[in-house]
Amino acid sequence: MKFIGKSPTLLLGQFAGVALIYLIFFALRVDGAFFTVYTTKLMLAQTVIVGVGALGMTLVIISGGIDLSVGSVIALSCVTTALMLENGSSIYSAIGVGILTGAGVGLLNGLLIVSLRIVPFIATLGTLGIARGIAKIWADESTVNPSRESMAALSEVMAFERNTPLWDLPSGVWIMFALGVFVALVLHVTVFGRFTFAIGSNEATARLCGVPVSLCKVGFYTLSGLLTGVSGVLLFGQLTVGDPTAAVGKELDIIAATVIGGGSLSGGQGSVLGSLIGAFIMSLLRNGCLMMGWPNPIQEIVIGAIIIFAVALDQFRHRRGVD
Amino acid sequence: MSDTRPPCLSMRNIHKTFGSTRALGGVDLEVYPGEVLALVGENGAGKSTLMKILSGALRPDRGEMTLEASDHRPRSPHDSRQKGVAMIYQELSLAPHLSVVENIFLGRDRTHWGWIRKEEENRIALKALTRVGAQDIPLHEKVHSLNPAQRQLVEIARALAEEAKVIVMDEPTSSLTQIDTENLFRVIAGLKSEGASVIYISHFLEEVQEVADRVIVLRDGETVGGAKVEDLTIPQIIRMMVGRDVEELYPKVPHQPGDALIEINSLSGLRKPEDVNLTIHRGEIVGIAGLLGAGRTEFLRALFGLDPIRHGEIRVTSLDRRLEKKQRPRSRWKSGIGMLSEDRKEEGLAVELSISENMTLPRLSPYTRFGLFLPWLRREKSRAVADSMNIICRTVDAPVESLSGGNQQKVAFARLVHHEADLLLLDEPTRGIDVGSKSQIYQLIGESAAEGKAVLIVSSYLPELFGVCDRIAVMRKGKLSEARNTHDWTEDEVLHFAVAEEN
Repeated sequence: MKFIGKSPTLLLGQFAGVALIYLIFFALRVDGAFFTVYTTKLMLAQTVIVGVGALGMTLVIISGGIDLSVGSVIALSCVTTALMLENGSSIYSAIGVGILTGAGVGLLNGLLIVSLRIVPFIATLGTLGIARGIAKIWADESTVNPSRESMAALSEVMAFERNTPLWDLPSGVWIMFALGVFVALVLHVTVFGRFTFAIGSNEATARLCGVPVSLCKVGFYTLSGLLTGVSGVLLFGQLTVGDPTAAVGKELDIIAATVIGGGSLSGGQGSVLGSLIGAFIMSLLRNGCLMMGWPNPIQEIVIGAIIIFAVALDQFRHRRGVD
Repeated sequence: MSDTRPPCLSMRNIHKTFGSTRALGGVDLEVYPGEVLALVGENGAGKSTLMKILSGALRPDRGEMTLEASDHRPRSPHDSRQKGVAMIYQELSLAPHLSVVENIFLGRDRTHWGWIRKEEENRIALKALTRVGAQDIPLHEKVHSLNPAQRQLVEIARALAEEAKVIVMDEPTSSLTQIDTENLFRVIAGLKSEGASVIYISHFLEEVQEVADRVIVLRDGETVGGAKVEDLTIPQIIRMMVGRDVEELYPKVPHQPGDALIEINSLSGLRKPEDVNLTIHRGEIVGIAGLLGAGRTEFLRALFGLDPIRHGEIRVTSLDRRLEKKQRPRSRWKSGIGMLSEDRKEEGLAVELSISENMTLPRLSPYTRFGLFLPWLRREKSRAVADSMNIICRTVDAPVESLSGGNQQKVAFARLVHHEADLLLLDEPTRGIDVGSKSQIYQLIGESAAEGKAVLIVSSYLPELFGVCDRIAVMRKGKLSEARNTHDWTEDEVLHFAVAEEN
């Protein structure tokens, strides 16, 4: 159990959260289509961009940091991948460069935090602007439109059949799950993972125990950037164009997903499965509100309220739960 | 003296207990107008608890206080301040980003319909600063640009502007240079002549002799003596402070010093320590005494690669290896050195993490296979270490915060045992734990020495050093004395050495 998440009760809480949301929408007499296999697949597909981003964010948040640059990095990776294709490179090198662009910004974040000793909030706030600016310059402030043929299978990454069973999911969702397993393994069965929890829980203790704190921090942000890069490439697959204005504000969705999933902004806590469920809860709410026919502003209010409620509930449980 | 007049402040029969520890057991204290009363005692004797009660930060369990003939029952530090008790702490309590005058009136601005009456504030502030001879400090200067001595004068000026009746100064000279200290004494003399009462807390007994009229000595939460300063010699004061036999608290584990394990040659940190030389042998327990702020912790931290080293050399004789100067505790662990931090909560332990995690963090390699860390491999080992050290817990996967203070400290110690470190650096290893756990820690220290390990202990509690160590060295202002055999020292001599002025 410990292998997957912080504690069984926490996990139960998150699944219960999903069930509760379904129940509420049921009670509100939402359109029956909300409960179909098709809608579920659609919502899972919509979870992917935030979900993959939340995997990296989970790592960073467990270590006691924060990464605000992810929204911009998604756009930058998306644009880079499109540009590579437009300039005639192969699909594989385009994907590779797109992912590495994300990792590069992550590396920069890590170095800024470690060598200039800038707090993560500020360092990544800076790169949020920088990455967005670069994306716009490279894309010449418009969208990059590589030919359909050059994208090959990438454009199918979020596509799925309407009338197949639930497990016939778009490949993007499987990629998210696979990366989730990878990050969970990194967190729980590597020394680096132990160090992540140690630094997030008490950085001074980690230093006292000989944990290479600076090196690890560079690692967290680079890995987070890498995963964000994947997210950007997937977004390109979904949009089929490189849009430098895409994913504005996505960092907040990603942080919210991680926090709903049990991540603590003071570090030391968080889980991969929790964050993925958190990301799913976000699209569950969006779709539910949509199918209720509620206008956009109402959706925003509901999601905002749910974030506050989820975190308050989690803290309440924590206060009582610690024996 | 002014003993014929009624006291300005009197505290009678003050009791205070924290859980099962008695901090104060019936303390009496009186200060007369125009008098400087020195309050002395070892760390943990109850001085700060007593002053916290006076300042309203704590409430006494029993006892009463009278301030200028009326009952003094402060509900909060703010309340106590308003009634005329001003505290000047070791860590200065000014807001660094506010100006001098803003600090002086912080929390009690003179206002007229909500508007601050700046003219009046400036006038009062200037008058108060003049009284402490600090009229040259610009009123609108931000406090962070002042030096420690100037800040202290601002604090005193604040007390004067508040028309404080009793001014408490807690170790006021610990961050001052010699000249600033002399200036401070002139200010105190001035306050005295104006009829103010000052309670002066200090470890530096020479200072006490110079500045105080009367001395009160606290020990184990009780008043053990008090007299006019001219009737007491420093050795007499020290005997009153210490006055305690070493009990059977210190179990004797026979151990025999062997070969030199580590040689430290003229080790200097950024400010402290300075030119420290020390050789520690296998099977030996060496203690470092000294006052707070003497640089003992800094010495251990530099030795352990947590603080920068300016120059000097550390040789691990057994490995014939010279340690790198870079700040890398990891390399120290690898050379067989382990450290226990003085601050259990902030640095020593990650309290949310499990016992096992805290214990094994410096050395996870035995539990990895093909680069993968396999948590189940370490369970048995952590259980064995926890049991051997009497750490009382249901499971080693329980978070450290679920343990008592004494057991937490044993987990911190267990880290060194698990690592099988050859040299144990222990900074205040028994701070804030109960007597039973203390005794167990001493037992563990003795056993480590018996196994041929070397132990270096920093402690502010002299009886502990005398009870446990083979050799003791004293640190004063960053410099370490030679390490003499414990039976060649007396507690008086150690204290003398620690508080003596440079000459």
